[in-house]
Amino acid sequence: MPILNRRSFIKAAGVLGASTALPVNLARAADKPVTVGFIYVGAKDDFGYNQAHAEAAAIIKGLPNVTVIEEENVPETVAVQRSMEAMIRQDGAQLIFPTSFGYFDPHVIKVARKYPEVRFAHCGGLWQKGVHPDNAGSFFGYIDEGQYLNGVVAGHMSKSKKLGFVAAKPIPQVLRNLNAFTLGARSVDPEITTTVIFTGDWSLPVKEAEAANSLIDQGCDVLTCHVDGPKVLVETAEKRGVMTCGYHASQAALAPKGYLTGAEWNWETPYRAHVMALQSGAPMNNFMRGGLKEGFVKTSPYGSAVSDAAKAAADAVKASMLKSELSIFTGPIRNNTGEVMVAEGTVLTQTDVVLERMDYLVEGVRGQI
Amino acid sequence: MAEIDYSVLLLALLAGAIRVGTPFLFVSLGECLTEKGGRINLGLEGILVVGAMSGYAVAYLTDSAWLGVLAAGCAGCALGAFHGVICSLPRVNDIAFGIALILLGTGLAFFFGKAFIQPQAPSLPSIELGAWSDDARVRSALSVNVLFFIGVALTLLMHWGLRATRWGLVLRLVGDHAQSARALGYRPALVRTLATASGGFLAGVGGAYLSLYYPGSWNEGLSSGQGLMAVALVIFARWQPLNCLWAALLFGASGAVGPALQAVGISSGYYLFAAMPYALTLLVMYLSCRPNQTLSGAPGELSLNR
Repeated sequence: MPILNRRSFIKAAGVLGASTALPVNLARAADKPVTVGFIYVGAKDDFGYNQAHAEAAAIIKGLPNVTVIEEENVPETVAVQRSMEAMIRQDGAQLIFPTSFGYFDPHVIKVARKYPEVRFAHCGGLWQKGVHPDNAGSFFGYIDEGQYLNGVVAGHMSKSKKLGFVAAKPIPQVLRNLNAFTLGARSVDPEITTTVIFTGDWSLPVKEAEAANSLIDQGCDVLTCHVDGPKVLVETAEKRGVMTCGYHASQAALAPKGYLTGAEWNWETPYRAHVMALQSGAPMNNFMRGGLKEGFVKTSPYGSAVSDAAKAAADAVKASMLKSELSIFTGPIRNNTGEVMVAEGTVLTQTDVVLERMDYLVEGVRGQI
Repeated sequence: MAEIDYSVLLLALLAGAIRVGTPFLFVSLGECLTEKGGRINLGLEGILVVGAMSGYAVAYLTDSAWLGVLAAGCAGCALGAFHGVICSLPRVNDIAFGIALILLGTGLAFFFGKAFIQPQAPSLPSIELGAWSDDARVRSALSVNVLFFIGVALTLLMHWGLRATRWGLVLRLVGDHAQSARALGYRPALVRTLATASGGFLAGVGGAYLSLYYPGSWNEGLSSGQGLMAVALVIFARWQPLNCLWAALLFGASGAVGPALQAVGISSGYYLFAAMPYALTLLVMYLSCRPNQTLSGAPGELSLNR
């Protein structure tokens, strides 16, 4: 049914556009009551990835006629299938947000086929038309824009010109953040280097603390990370009097002195779009992506340590990002062994799939994949 | 690549050995004590997590890190006693029950620990041995937690106590030959239960070190198998408390070597370095547990020997 599909796609795109463009209070409250389920891979108050989701879920909970059910610490195994089925059969959930990357294939796909009347909006997966069921879909944000802004602020604030980045695994998403952070800092001063430490997994508190200490011993004076819970890194840095940029959610409360700014998810936007589509009976938008401009990511308010010059510079960069004038990955970009990765004159926009396959470290990153 | 600063690397390894190794030290001393009595408590992993949670919770509620350590020890002691009593029943396998205790302990800790992930508890004080130095790196590396010194003192105390006191002798006798102990009028089950409970106390304190000092906060991913690795470590240490200290430091350093090397610019093969503590554990098990080789120093009543 190609016509129907095209129609539903256009309608869904319209719903997304309307939902992001319209202010909240214009959204009609007199919608039918719905039950929405959220599934997290870890604790929902981890100062990190899961907290970012749970904060947005709390906003959804406040919408009229929406009942929210949540389950945390659900591993990326058949356990998530059981959780989803329980939400559908016991609580009557009509829309489920499985928020962890590993839930998608095969778990979400399998349950979505079994319950075609329920919608599954997965975070981070790559939904493909025709391959995956139409009642499933994926959304994700371009948080590298936030990391670029982190880099701009860090570049202004660093005295040693050495930054540190604690990364979990060398996968494209992580490398994209690391590279964006470094490019942001080097847009301020091309002398700046970022030392990266890979810990090997998403949550290894002892190793993250050890990595932070090693970076500080090496003279890095602004740290950031891409691990599930940045709490340990931020606390360790604060204890040692070093500045940090946050990730996932705001860690400002953990480091009143050294917290500069942070790249945060703003999942409220895609959540709201999906819930509104469900309430109004509009078809599901299966594939959503967005950055700062679309409201999928946001930045933490500047910390007390940030200088006025840094604030002004970061605000200017943010403004040009919001106007789509600035692309982070604009050639020429070399990797850290000197090879040209993005040719001069090439501008990779955020939606470019080449960026989702990133496998190099840009010039200025000290480390190896 | 930039030149490599070896002094920084060595310093990081030394500091890491102490920082990362301290929980290993406590858990392995606890396991050493338990195994000297002839029982294996694999549940120390669970006890460690319970200790980390209860220590953090009590420290937060009372605003005193030391009360937290005490609470962690008591919680560990209770779970250890539980293991000891259950395993005194006929036909209970201590290894199987230990695995059950891991699951029970982590489950309990996650359940009761929910409310304590967000708040910040006071942390344990450390002693600044590096105050003489102008270098912030040296100062930070030599800022050593008080619990480490307590651990070293305990090591010496156990080393002396096991060989030179009546209690030590009884414990070793029960662990080596329960029938002789019984013939002499001792009650092996009671001695073992006490040993397991004290072992649990130490493991609980090890957990409190994790949540109250390094990395210094409670969350559900806090332990990465320290409790289980400590069991291997005791075998590696040949059931000698003094060796437990060296082994704990070695394991600590092997945990710190990955980040330290990457920080100075040696970044190839970091997965290998990350796997080092586990590879070391495997190597130790291979070297010490081959079938044609008896374990020198192993208590005779251990279920892996019988």
